[in-house]
Amino acid sequence: MRRNLITALLYTVVTTVIFGLVYPFVVTGLAQVLFHDKANGQLIEQNGQLIGSRIIGQPFTAAGYFRSRPSAAGNGYDASNSGGSNYAPTSKKLIDRVAGDVAGLQPEHPNTTIPIDLVTASASGLDPDISPAAAEFQVERVAHERHLSEDAVRKLVSQHTEGRQLGFLGEPRVNVLLLNLDLDRLTASK
Amino acid sequence: MTANGWFQICFFFALVLICAKPLGLYMARVFERERTFADVVFRPIERLIYRLTGVDETHEMRWTEYAVVMLLFSLVTLLATYAIERLQHALPLNPQHLANVAPDLALNTAVSFTTNTNWQSYTPEATMSYLTQMLTLAYHNFFSAAVGIALAVALIRGISRRESKTLGNFWVDTTRASLWVLLPGCLIYALLLVSQGVVQNFRPYDQAKLVQAQTVTTTGTDGKTTTQTVTTQSIAQGPAASQEAIKMLGTNGGGFFNANSAHPFENPTPLSNLMEMFSIFLIPAALTVTLGRMTKAPKHGWAVFAAMAVLFFVGVAVAYYAEAQPNPLLHSVNQHVTATQAGGNMEGKEVRFGIANSALFATVTTDASCGAVNSMHDSFMPLGGLVPLVNIMLGEVIFGGVGAGLYGMLIFVVLAVFIAGLMVGRTPEYLGKKIESYDVKMAMLYVLIFPLSILGFSAVSLMMPQLGLSSLANGGPHGLSEILYAYTSATGNNGSAFMGLNANTHWYNLSLSAAMLVGRFLMIVPMLAIAGNLAGKKLVPPSQGTFPVHTPLFTVLLVGVILIVGALTFFPALSLGPILEHLLMHAGTSF
Repeated sequence: MRRNLITALLYTVVTTVIFGLVYPFVVTGLAQVLFHDKANGQLIEQNGQLIGSRIIGQPFTAAGYFRSRPSAAGNGYDASNSGGSNYAPTSKKLIDRVAGDVAGLQPEHPNTTIPIDLVTASASGLDPDISPAAAEFQVERVAHERHLSEDAVRKLVSQHTEGRQLGFLGEPRVNVLLLNLDLDRLTASK
Repeated sequence: MTANGWFQICFFFALVLICAKPLGLYMARVFERERTFADVVFRPIERLIYRLTGVDETHEMRWTEYAVVMLLFSLVTLLATYAIERLQHALPLNPQHLANVAPDLALNTAVSFTTNTNWQSYTPEATMSYLTQMLTLAYHNFFSAAVGIALAVALIRGISRRESKTLGNFWVDTTRASLWVLLPGCLIYALLLVSQGVVQNFRPYDQAKLVQAQTVTTTGTDGKTTTQTVTTQSIAQGPAASQEAIKMLGTNGGGFFNANSAHPFENPTPLSNLMEMFSIFLIPAALTVTLGRMTKAPKHGWAVFAAMAVLFFVGVAVAYYAEAQPNPLLHSVNQHVTATQAGGNMEGKEVRFGIANSALFATVTTDASCGAVNSMHDSFMPLGGLVPLVNIMLGEVIFGGVGAGLYGMLIFVVLAVFIAGLMVGRTPEYLGKKIESYDVKMAMLYVLIFPLSILGFSAVSLMMPQLGLSSLANGGPHGLSEILYAYTSATGNNGSAFMGLNANTHWYNLSLSAAMLVGRFLMIVPMLAIAGNLAGKKLVPPSQGTFPVHTPLFTVLLVGVILIVGALTFFPALSLGPILEHLLMHAGTSF
């Protein structure tokens, strides 16, 4: 028993060094060399200022921007406090929140029902994407606000629409942050 | 549901099917100590470990010694984890200066990771330093998995050996599982994950200036509302990929970030998502081949695999169907599937994964005892959430956790053989071993401890408004589901959650710790007792009365036994939770 206990202690120490230190440091070293940008979170800088990560969503509420999905991460898109709403499908809070967001969006297109992803909170609260349907729903408003033609905005959206990976994996999607940054560029260049 | 969705599900399963055989045969070689191509690298490291720790690799252990050593090792690593959590503020690699973890939470987490559960009552990015995650949580991801594989191998040896007193050496099995199987897999896999965008660094959290500043209104506990302008986004970083790899391959499931595999830094693309689901099933599926090989009954291994596959497809079909349905309580929204949107129940789901991949992930992670999530189970439709819950309640034997799934399944095999024996009036046999009253008693003990913990703790929580009910996030039958899910997940060592339940309270931290310990160790001991008992038996030649364990009839009987045991035990509780919620939802009731 005593011998086994000593072995257990020594075994814990030795294997902790291999699996708890050497392994993650080796992976970090290789990752930093092979995939430097991705290993560090695909950060975007503008004029020397860090303005976000390409794969972490940000909140957009202004009419001139494409809106992101509702977020339950902290106060919204808090990337140090990720998470979903965890509302049950029968939750009054869910039904009221969706109804509130619907009331805000409906005037844009009184006769169109709103794409579901635009009024539901994601699992991470940091979803960088909306569906192409949710982007199309907003094209008219954004074009109007920015004094751009709908075609120009629609073209930008289609440039930012990513199809299924390898042709069949996942769902088609539009990265809201990257789309909005290009929208700013397009407006500025006019 | 779409054709593309089903194609993705079938593609995933085909990958598992193709890879199960080569890996299963490789593992059989590793544990029978035959030569493998990896010996050049790992044999010297293995020898070094034994020399430093005083392990005699030729020593064979009886089941009792195997159990005692396993418990001692688990206890030592549990205490080490607790100590590091409690001291993390003073230790290096803590760029956010996170405080020491509170005692009850530290205990819960140490138990959770030691038992391969990975239940998380905390938000990792706001609680655990990089060092704590690497040194204790990722470490446990390796070793709770390696221990699981070792235990499954010990049981397989019990079945295949005859008139033997011993089951192998715990240290050797654990070392070989971690060095030959887990480590090389994780090195490659972690880098593949980084190539998709999983982060791997030691940066302090990055402060990004938001493109559009936000006005946030919050209501404090005193009812006052305050308005503030948020201009920055703090982006949590860390060595996530190295932990993500073993988190999935070892069916652990504890997220590096709170949103787990829904977080874009933990699961950035549909391809990384496929890799993560594949790596949950890979080793458990391969172990059925290892079983066939080591017992020299390969067809039996595939019969067990088939039973698992049947239950998997039933689960994923129900979950996918349920999640693709519109929520009847939401109005003026378009929940239909079209070419430009996934539709269905998108609350708590990511756009890049959509419905099919979320339902598939939820099924896979609870078939196995993984518990990682890429969507929030709490927000699933009632019947969609029923599937993960039932998967765990069936004992996580549908491929199951690494090792744990196989030994759990073999307990049901013993019961199935016993029931078949009763039906034809012969002494039941399993691969040439007579199944006698001791074996069946131990199997029943294993089967009964599980619901006792789940239903017992749930009942106590439901009767205590202050301690149990005050943590609920949702009302009505869904509240019952939240509590039931918590104890099911803890006892089943799964670790996924209906995350609305606030489990970071003294009551839940401590009672869930107890449930996790019961679900791991109290179930392992009777399992090892069966292994030890089987190893000592003589081989009896098959006769006309022998029930063959490699036929479709056996697979059907095995599936039947699993479903009947599960349904008899849990149907009353389920009917008051998700099933009632489903009926009320369609009657237009909300809570």
